[in-house]
Amino acid sequence: MTPPARMNPPARRSTLAQGGRGRTAAGRWTVKAWLALGLVFVLGGCTKNASQDSLKAHGSIARLQNSLFIPVFWIAVGVFVLIGGLVGVCVIKFRARSDDEAPRQIHGHTKAEIAWTIMPAVLLASIAIPTVKFVFDLNKFPKNAITVNVTGHRWWWQMDYTKADDVNQTDFTTASEMHIPVKQQVIVTLTSVDVIHNFWVPELAGKLYAIPGRHNKLVIEADTPGTYYGQCAEFCGTSHSNMRLRVIADTPEDYAAWVTSQEAPAAQPVAASTSPDTTTTLPGVTPAPSQASLAATGANVFKSAGCAGCHAITGISDGVVGPNLTHFKSRSVFAGAIFQNDDNNLRLWLANPPAQKPGSVMPNLHLTSDQINQLIAYLDTLR
Amino acid sequence: MAIVLEPPPSTTAPDADKHAGTPGGTTFLRRPNSSEGFWSWITTVDHKRLGIMYSATGFAFFLLGGIEALLIRLQLARPNGHILSANQYNQVFTMHGTTMVFLVIMPVSVGFANYLVPLQIGARDVAFPRLNAFSYWLFLFGGIFLYSSFLFGGAPNGGWFGYAPNTSIPGYLPGRGSDFWVFGLLLLGIASTAGAVNIVVTALNMRAPGMTLLKMPIFTWMSLIAQFLTVFAMPVITVALFLVMFDRNFGANFFNPAAGGDPVLWQNLFWLFGHPEVYILILPAMGMVSEVLPVFARKPLFGYPVMVFSGIAIGFMGWGVWIHHMFAVGLGPVAVSAFSVSTMFIAVPTGVKIFNWIGTLWGGSLRLTTPMLFAIGFIVMFTIGGLSGVTHSLSPSDRQQTDTYYVVAHFHYVLFGGSMFGIFGAIYYWFPKAFGRMLNEKLGKVHFWLTFIGFNLTFGPMHILGLQGMPRRIYTYDKSLHLGFWNMVATIGAFIIMVSLLVFIYNIFVVTPKTALVSADPWDARTLEWSIPSPPPEYNFAEIPTVHSLDDYWHRKYTEDDEGRLVRLPNYEAVRASSDTNVATPGQHIHMPSPSYFPIVCSFGLVVAAYGMIMGHTNGANYIVSVVGFLITVGGLYAWGLEPSAEPPEEHGGEGGENAPPQPALLGASGGTMALDAPETAELPPGDTTEGGSES
Repeated sequence: MTPPARMNPPARRSTLAQGGRGRTAAGRWTVKAWLALGLVFVLGGCTKNASQDSLKAHGSIARLQNSLFIPVFWIAVGVFVLIGGLVGVCVIKFRARSDDEAPRQIHGHTKAEIAWTIMPAVLLASIAIPTVKFVFDLNKFPKNAITVNVTGHRWWWQMDYTKADDVNQTDFTTASEMHIPVKQQVIVTLTSVDVIHNFWVPELAGKLYAIPGRHNKLVIEADTPGTYYGQCAEFCGTSHSNMRLRVIADTPEDYAAWVTSQEAPAAQPVAASTSPDTTTTLPGVTPAPSQASLAATGANVFKSAGCAGCHAITGISDGVVGPNLTHFKSRSVFAGAIFQNDDNNLRLWLANPPAQKPGSVMPNLHLTSDQINQLIAYLDTLR
Repeated sequence: MAIVLEPPPSTTAPDADKHAGTPGGTTFLRRPNSSEGFWSWITTVDHKRLGIMYSATGFAFFLLGGIEALLIRLQLARPNGHILSANQYNQVFTMHGTTMVFLVIMPVSVGFANYLVPLQIGARDVAFPRLNAFSYWLFLFGGIFLYSSFLFGGAPNGGWFGYAPNTSIPGYLPGRGSDFWVFGLLLLGIASTAGAVNIVVTALNMRAPGMTLLKMPIFTWMSLIAQFLTVFAMPVITVALFLVMFDRNFGANFFNPAAGGDPVLWQNLFWLFGHPEVYILILPAMGMVSEVLPVFARKPLFGYPVMVFSGIAIGFMGWGVWIHHMFAVGLGPVAVSAFSVSTMFIAVPTGVKIFNWIGTLWGGSLRLTTPMLFAIGFIVMFTIGGLSGVTHSLSPSDRQQTDTYYVVAHFHYVLFGGSMFGIFGAIYYWFPKAFGRMLNEKLGKVHFWLTFIGFNLTFGPMHILGLQGMPRRIYTYDKSLHLGFWNMVATIGAFIIMVSLLVFIYNIFVVTPKTALVSADPWDARTLEWSIPSPPPEYNFAEIPTVHSLDDYWHRKYTEDDEGRLVRLPNYEAVRASSDTNVATPGQHIHMPSPSYFPIVCSFGLVVAAYGMIMGHTNGANYIVSVVGFLITVGGLYAWGLEPSAEPPEEHGGEGGENAPPQPALLGASGGTMALDAPETAELPPGDTTEGGSES
C-alpha cells in the first residue's frame, strides 16, 4: 500500500507538458496540477496487486471474459484518444485570436455525418459478433461435473455438495468456504432463502445472481491450487459488505481427502461424567477442567442455549437458519468469511454477534464467558 | 367557468395586470394579486420564477447530496472505516443516489426547460401555468418528505434501485425508510409527470409564428424529447412503486417468491423506467451544450437536423436496452444477446452527436469562456462515460464489471461529467439572462479547473477499483483486498470538488451581486431569449416575434458572404441595443395568467396523504391522516377549477379586442378533468398579444 503522503509530488519540470503554452501563473499552476495527476496514476500502478482482481484470471471462464473485455477496452481507449485529440486540436488551433474573426459558417456535411454514423456502427457490429458467441459459450454446462448448490443467506453462503451419482441429493453441507479440484469445471447452482444475492469470485468467473425461487447455473474453474476471494456483489441489506466467501482450489488428491473428511460424521462429545477432576476443589484454586470435559459441556450448552435451533451438526441438531457446523473447525474463516477461525475471534463473536457483524441474524444469546469457553472447546472438536 | 371570453378593451395598464377583485359567480374565491414579496413567490405561476425556484431548490439538494457523497468518501477512504455504521452508510448511499437523480439533475433540467423553453420559442408562459406551480411545489414537498425520514426513524436504506424483495418485504431492512422511499418517489413522479406534460404541450403548441419544429432551438428539442420520455417512463416506476407499496402495507405478494411472486419483475419494471431515465438526465444537458458551443465557436451547430434526429433516435432506442442492467440476473442467452447488441447500437446516435459537436468546434473562432470550458469538458468526459458504457454492453465480460465500482465510475462520467458539466455550463451561460449580471469569469475558470481535476481524481480511479474487485454499495472493505490507495485518491478528489463548489457559491452569492448589470445580449448569442431584456419582463415578449429561420435572433445580426464567412449586418448594433428596450409600450395591454393559491394547496394535501400512509403502516387508524390529505387535495382541485380565471372583467385591460380568440378554460365547469385543449398561440398572427399561457 502506498502511503497517501506520496501523492504530493514535486511538480518541477512544468515545461514538459503543454508544449510550453502555460506561461501565466495560472497556466503554470495548471501544468503542475496535471503533472501531479499523472504522477498519482503512475504511483497507483505500483500499488500492491489487489487480491480479488477481475483482471487476474485464474480459470478458463474468467479468462474467456477478459479476452472479450481487454481488447474492447483498448479499442475504447483508442477512440477516446481520437476524440480527445480532435477536441484538443480544436481548442489549440481554433482558439479566437481576436473578437473580429469571421469563421466560415458550416451548417453540416452530409457525407461526413453519414461516415461517422456508419463507422462506429461497423466497429460495434464487429464486437457484437464475439459478444453473442461468448454469451452462448457461457451457457454451455459440462456433463457429469461436480455440482454444488450454493444458497445465499443474509449474510453468508451455504454450500451443499451433491452426490456424484445423483445431483438431487446432498452429500454434505458447508459454509463460507468451498473447495474445488483444479482444472475441472464445477457447476454452482445458485439460489437464495431471503433477498437477492450475487455470487462473485472475480479470479474464477463473472458474477451471477442468487435469487429466491430461482436456480441459476454458473461454471467456475481454477487453473492452479490456491485460495480465491469472493464476495456478494448485490446489495442485500445491512451487512452486504460482510458477505464474503473463499474458494479453495485443491489438487485432485487433496480435494478427494477433503471430501472424505466432510462426509465423515461429526465428532461426538465425550460424556461429561468421564472427567473426574471437575468434582475435586482445592481452596483458592479453580482446577482447569480438561479440554475434553469442556467440550462435552460445550456440546450440552450447544443444545440448551439455543444454538441447536439454528445450526445443524450431523447427529446432534438440524437447524437450517445458520451455517452447518458439522466440520466447523475445518474451515479457515467464519461468519460470512470475514473472521479468521480462531479462538479469540470466536470468543468475541459468541459474546455478541451483532456487535461484530452489523445486523447479524444470529442474536446475542448473553452467554457467560464459561459457556463461551465450553462452546469454543466443543467447536474445536468439529474438524 | 366554462369559457373565458377575452374582456372588452379599456384601460391603460402598460404591464401585465393581475388585479384580483370580485369576480362574478364565485365571489368567495379570489386570485391573489401580489407581484412582489413572500406571497408572490408562493402563488406565482410565472414560468421564469418557477424555473429559478426549481433550479435553486435542485441546487440546494445538490449540496445535500454532495454532503452525502463526502460522507461516503470519508467512510471508504481507508479500509475498515468507522465514520458511519453499516446502516448509516446504507442510508447515506441510498439518499445520495435518490437525491442526485430525482432531486437534482431531473428538477434542475426541468427548471432550465421551464425558464428557457417559452423564451426560446417566443411564448409568454408555459401551456399550463398553475400546473407548473403545482409540479414545483410537489417536487419541493416530495424532497422535504424524503429527507424528513432522517427524523422519523431512519432514511431509505435499500439503494436508489430498491431491489425487491429486500425493500418489498418489511423486516429485511431496518427502519421504515423504504416506506418513505416508495411514497417520496410516488410524489416526485406525479410532480415530474405534470411538469413533463406541461413542457411537451408548450413546445408543441406555443411556438411563435414561423417556428416550425426544425427551426426550434436545440435545447428546446432535447428538453421536449426528455420530457416525452418522462411522460412515458414515470408510469412504469409508478406502477412498480404501487406494487411495492401494496406488498409492504397490505400484504400483497407481487415480489414475494414464497407466495409465487417474482423479484425479477421489480428489476424489469425498475430498469424499464431506469434506462429511459438515464436519457431524461442526459438529453437536456446535451441540449445545453449544443446551445453553448455554437455561440462561443461563432458557428452554427454542425448538422442541426442530425442532432435532432439522433436525439429522437436515442429517445426511442433508450426503451430497448434496459436488460443491460441485469446481465447477471441469469436470463436466457437470446435475451442477453439481443440487449447486448441493442446497447451497442445506442452508442451510434450518441457518437454522431459527439462528432457533430467536434464539427461545430472545427474551424470556429473559439472563445474559451467558462460556459465553453464546461461544454468542452462535457464532450470529453461524456465520451469516457459513453465508451465505458460500450464495455458494459459486452454482456459476457460485463458479468465481471457489473455491480462494481467500474459501473460507479461509468455513470458518474455520464451524470457528473455529462449532465452536471452541462448544467454548470448552462448556469454560467444563462445567468446573465436570468439575473442581468455575469458570473465572475476568473472564479468561473477556477471553478471549472477544480471541478475537472477533482472529478477525474474521484471517479477515474473507480474504474481501477471496480476491475480490482471492489463491489458497489459496500460500507467497508478489508485491508487484505489492497484497495486503499485508489480509495484514498478518490476521497481527495471528492474534497477538491467540494472546494470547487465553494468557489462557485462564493461567486454567485458574494462576488457577482456587486458587479455591474450587463446588456440583454452579452454573449452575442443566437436564440430568441437574448432578444429581450435581462432579466426578461414578466410577459417575456412585448410583441410575439415572427420566426424566419433557425437561430432567428442571430440572423437579425449576421449574414454570410459568398464564401460562407460571417458578416455583420449594418443594423447589428441596433439589433443588439433594441433587445434591451424590447418592452411593452404604454397603453399596450398584455394579459397574463394570474397567480393562484391552489397549486400549493393541492400538492400539500398529497404530502399529508403520504405521511398518513406511512403512519398507517404502524397503526391502521392513522390512515385517517391520508383521508384528510386527499380531501385537502380534492378541495384544492375544486377551488382550482372554480376560482376566477383571472382578474375581474371591469378591471381587465383590453388588448386585441375582436382579434383575440376565446380562451377555453382547461378545467371544465364540473371540475376535475383537465382537457388538453390549449389555445394554439403559435397560429396567431404576429404581434397579437394574447396571454402566454392558458389557464390549467
